Amino acid sequence: MIEIKNLHVKIADTDTMILNGVNLTIKDGEVAAIMGPNGSGKSTLSYVLAGKDDYEVTEGDILFNGESILEMSPDERAAKGVFLAFQYPLEIPGVPTMNFLKAAMNSQRKARGEAEMTTPEFIKAVKSEAAKLGIDMTMLKRALNVGFSGGEKKRAEILQMALLAPKFCVMDETDSGLDIDALKVVSEGVNALRSPERSFLVITHYQRLLDHIVPDSVHVLYKGRIIKSGDKELALELEENGYADIIGEAA
Amino acid sequence: MNIQTKLTHTSAEEALLLALSVSERAEATKALSFIEEKGLPTRRVEAWHYTDLRSLLRHFPKAPKAIDSEFAAEGLVEMEDLLEGFTIGFSNTSHVRGFLNKLPDGIAATVGDGPILPNPVNVNHDVIGMINSALCEQGVILTVEKGRKIETPVILAHTCSGETSSVIRHRVIVEEGASITLIEQHHSSTIANHQNVVTNLRLDKGAKVVMCIAQELGEETTRLGQLNVVLGEDAELTILVLNAGGKLVRQEIHVDVKGENSKIDIRGVNLIGNGSHVDVTTTLLHNVPNTTAVELFRNVVPAGGKGVFQGQIRVAQAAQKTDAQMACNTLLLSDESDFSAKPELEIFADDVICAHGATVTDIDDNHLFYLRARGISEREARSLLVKAFVEEVFEDLDNEQLGEALNSRIENWLDLNG
Repeated sequence: MIEIKNLHVKIADTDTMILNGVNLTIKDGEVAAIMGPNGSGKSTLSYVLAGKDDYEVTEGDILFNGESILEMSPDERAAKGVFLAFQYPLEIPGVPTMNFLKAAMNSQRKARGEAEMTTPEFIKAVKSEAAKLGIDMTMLKRALNVGFSGGEKKRAEILQMALLAPKFCVMDETDSGLDIDALKVVSEGVNALRSPERSFLVITHYQRLLDHIVPDSVHVLYKGRIIKSGDKELALELEENGYADIIGEAA
Repeated sequence: MNIQTKLTHTSAEEALLLALSVSERAEATKALSFIEEKGLPTRRVEAWHYTDLRSLLRHFPKAPKAIDSEFAAEGLVEMEDLLEGFTIGFSNTSHVRGFLNKLPDGIAATVGDGPILPNPVNVNHDVIGMINSALCEQGVILTVEKGRKIETPVILAHTCSGETSSVIRHRVIVEEGASITLIEQHHSSTIANHQNVVTNLRLDKGAKVVMCIAQELGEETTRLGQLNVVLGEDAELTILVLNAGGKLVRQEIHVDVKGENSKIDIRGVNLIGNGSHVDVTTTLLHNVPNTTAVELFRNVVPAGGKGVFQGQIRVAQAAQKTDAQMACNTLLLSDESDFSAKPELEIFADDVICAHGATVTDIDDNHLFYLRARGISEREARSLLVKAFVEEVFEDLDNEQLGEALNSRIENWLDLNG
């Protein structure tokens, strides 16, 4: 699904390197988790995958099903099936959530040469997915994320993911700002979307999320490099001992 | 020795002086000597500082000789269809549509030039009013009779075609307890014409008026517009402004708040395209206690557009408990966009709440990225964000149809200019 090859990234128009040769392959249907201390480059990696232009790739490549996506705009990547669930979903005043959802779904369809959804089809799809996540339809009439609680914002992200049905989902600290109950709802939403055709990259600080979304592989990112990979046991080890041991090993 | 340099007139001034010289009205003689001596206002005149009329006004075409056939603009037709209003139509200076005897019951109207009354509101350096009272040839005098609540909106539709000047003056009196929605619409062909339209509006005790001025003029048209209002006791006035066209546009709004417990709500959207200069100048004169005013303008300026907002709130010493709020928010879409905002509070009373704010922003890159990360193209994402910025202004109007009609004209402009 995704091959990240020797990826070097700096902040655009500066000399500040953030990623220093990340190598990571995620297979079809795999759920990979990335953990790491603050400032290790986790969020940068998620933005670079989604195509944010604040960053510049100086070396390496990202292949999505064998095709380099580095030259693609964020909307082209989205239409191909890349989805980033934001750590802090943005509040956009004046744009009703429903209008946004419809614009997003139909833009992607159009880009893929598919027919646009009719309004009744669209509303039916939203109602069904919203019900699964316990989202009230009145919330979706409000401006996108404006006045939503932390939990509502994250649920709205999962709703978007469910409706857009991407192939590769990057979840940037989806657990931040969530209480236990909200965490459960969001995790169940993600688990329901797991399939052999869909891969996930789950970025988190804490092992807690991985109790709910059980990963196939765990990778530790430190100073812009993956310094250790393992299975879900690695996450438990980290929870127990912190990052210090692994960082020491790698150094 | 007394050296006096005589003003060299611009070609627009000369054409204007010629037009004034053939009129026999006392107002024309007065205007003639004023313009002859001082010329059109320049940036040195405070009220015209950001709109140097002398250098910006290139042309003052002759008044039309014959009745032009009417032309209908898309926006005009759409508004009429949506609002199901009664239209009184003017093509250049000719009254071409709307049989006045078919107006809804409770409205008395005549069309004609009528007596020229002085501007009911005292306006600084009132060039628009001066030219208008000297040259106006047509207009409606419309009275909404006491206690009448008129449900059908009345549309004063103006179209200009050909290289002409049309100078029009309307007078509207809304008597005690009466209510009406009035829509002034302006369209023009793409030829360089000149429009000067003054509307004088009087709200008697308890009257309720929605006054909408929507212009979608052609890209070469000059418009000098003025709305003068005298507001009576307990009166409620909503003014809606949509500027979406024209080459040189100055829209003045002057409100003399003369009655206690009256309320003003002014909202406007200025869409200022490449090559357009749009100036909105408002003065609210609070002269009595216990009145409120809310004023909100949102401006969108793509590359090559230039906008001006001058908003003055004057609170007289007697006008205690005035509550006046003014905001002007601008979205500059390019480094080559230009907007000048001059909010001005002049307060002589000591127990008032007055606030003003002016902001200038561009599109937030993070908002843009969020929308694009969901598959929305850059062009569409920008258009969504711009729409969101301006459509809020007319969203929660009591008259939903009017809000929808204005927003659909905004969308039309954004589709063409986005």
